[in-house]
Amino acid sequence: MKQKRKVRVMVAKPGLDGHDRGARIIARAYRDAGFEVVYTGLHQTPEEIVEAAIQEDVDMIGLSSLAGAHKYLFPRTVELLREKGADDIVVCGGGIVPDEDIEMLKEIGIKKIFTPGTTLEEIVKWVEENVKPR
Amino acid sequence: MDKVVEKVVAGDVRSVARLIRDIDDGIPEVRESLKGLYPYTGNAYVIGITGAPGVGKSTLVDQMLSHIRKKDKTVGVLAVDPTSPFSGGAILGDRVRMQRHSMDSGVFIRSLATRGHFGGLTQSTRSAIDVLDAMGKDYIIVETVGVGQDEVDVVKTAHTTVIVVIPGMGDDIQAIKAGILETGDIFLINKADREGTDKTMSDLRLMIEMDQRKYEGGKWKPPILKTESIIDRGVVEFLEEVEKHKKYLTETTEGLELRKSKGKVREELGEMVKNRLIQEVLSKLTETGEFDGAVQAIVEGKTDPYSACDALVLPRLGLHTG
Ligand SMILES: Nc1nc2c(ncn2[C@@H]2O[C@H](COP(=O)(O)OP(=O)(O)OP(=O)(O)O)[C@@H](O)[C@H]2O)c(=O)[nH]1
Ligand SMILES: [Mg+2]
Repeated sequence: MKQKRKVRVMVAKPGLDGHDRGARIIARAYRDAGFEVVYTGLHQTPEEIVEAAIQEDVDMIGLSSLAGAHKYLFPRTVELLREKGADDIVVCGGGIVPDEDIEMLKEIGIKKIFTPGTTLEEIVKWVEENVKPR
Repeated sequence: MDKVVEKVVAGDVRSVARLIRDIDDGIPEVRESLKGLYPYTGNAYVIGITGAPGVGKSTLVDQMLSHIRKKDKTVGVLAVDPTSPFSGGAILGDRVRMQRHSMDSGVFIRSLATRGHFGGLTQSTRSAIDVLDAMGKDYIIVETVGVGQDEVDVVKTAHTTVIVVIPGMGDDIQAIKAGILETGDIFLINKADREGTDKTMSDLRLMIEMDQRKYEGGKWKPPILKTESIIDRGVVEFLEEVEKHKKYLTETTEGLELRKSKGKVREELGEMVKNRLIQEVLSKLTETGEFDGAVQAIVEGKTDPYSACDALVLPRLGLHTG
């Protein structure tokens, strides 16, 4: 029986800010959309995130961050993926990111930034349309 | 040699990760890679950890990783979580507890979902074990939630099967004993900081003595240990028991028979044949539309399911309908 490939995504929380409620909510929304969601927990370094993403063979990494971590941690994640030859993994981010930074992040290869106010439905829909099992 | 085989044997993490994905997704080409890898398997020692949700399995695995790594042995982990029957998706959260090992190149951690596809969890997990084995990992730890028959079958594949309970689970132990208790080689009462540990210990001992048939008259008596995996208490002692069990398996003839017995091979090959047959036949019948046609005919009252089944299956097997 030929089985369709399942979308695998990783939800990661880089940086030092404290709670992961947002990450857990988005993980549940992904599960309900039929994705397999690898959750890695709080306080992850980009190195740890990238290593986990490779071992787990995910199609997308969703980074979430509240405290301005995007400026260093998001770009570093993309850079590491490129170094490892794993830049076919889509990276997107969520959190409070000022408009002027969004352009910068997109330029360096973050596919999408979800700013506060984006609904779960919108996020899931974007993933369904833009992330295909590789 | 197959490129994939070459890379996996060389320990290439991306190739290993991808091959496990292909196994899970049921890509037919993996069979060739698995055939090529088989000669490189048989060196890893497989430990299965099972128990009810939240008893502390992943926390335990995390501590095991630290201790095994101190001895310079490498480890692969397969952590299985249930697929949601409603969406087909899954949240794979075991990794959270083990993430401190993610930068260690001697550790490979992979989260898997039960999925419930044809061929079953057992088959795909066995193949994933073979891949990590061929990759050169000394130990492979498989974590599953001990609820469904599938998950129990998976840990039965292991050399040493570990069953984790927590204090005060008396009734739950009753509930799981049918499928699980007799498969256990080592029992752990985790969260032994909690009340009721001694009572659980004696309940468990009684039940094991009544239920264990596997080692009847044998030399291995499954030990029951207390652990507090969160503070690493009892984990070293537990690993010593694993080594003892390993020694028992490799050194006693009785043990060797358990591990490589014809019975075990027969069971595994039987399952493989069964799954493959179902896969091949059902996918052909679906492709040609015969299956849907038969459904329609039954619904319309033109035939009965018994005749329809004969008509579908027998010709595929080169047999004639009665
Ligand atoms: N009090 C106490 N808590 C523990 C102990 N070991 C683990 N825990 C806690 O139990 C909870 C569940 O631990 P996990 O390791 O995720 O349990 P699990 O069995 O892997 O859970 P699932 O994979 O969801 O079935 C966590 O909050 C742990 O911190 C222990 O020895 N004592
Ligand atoms: Mg767990």
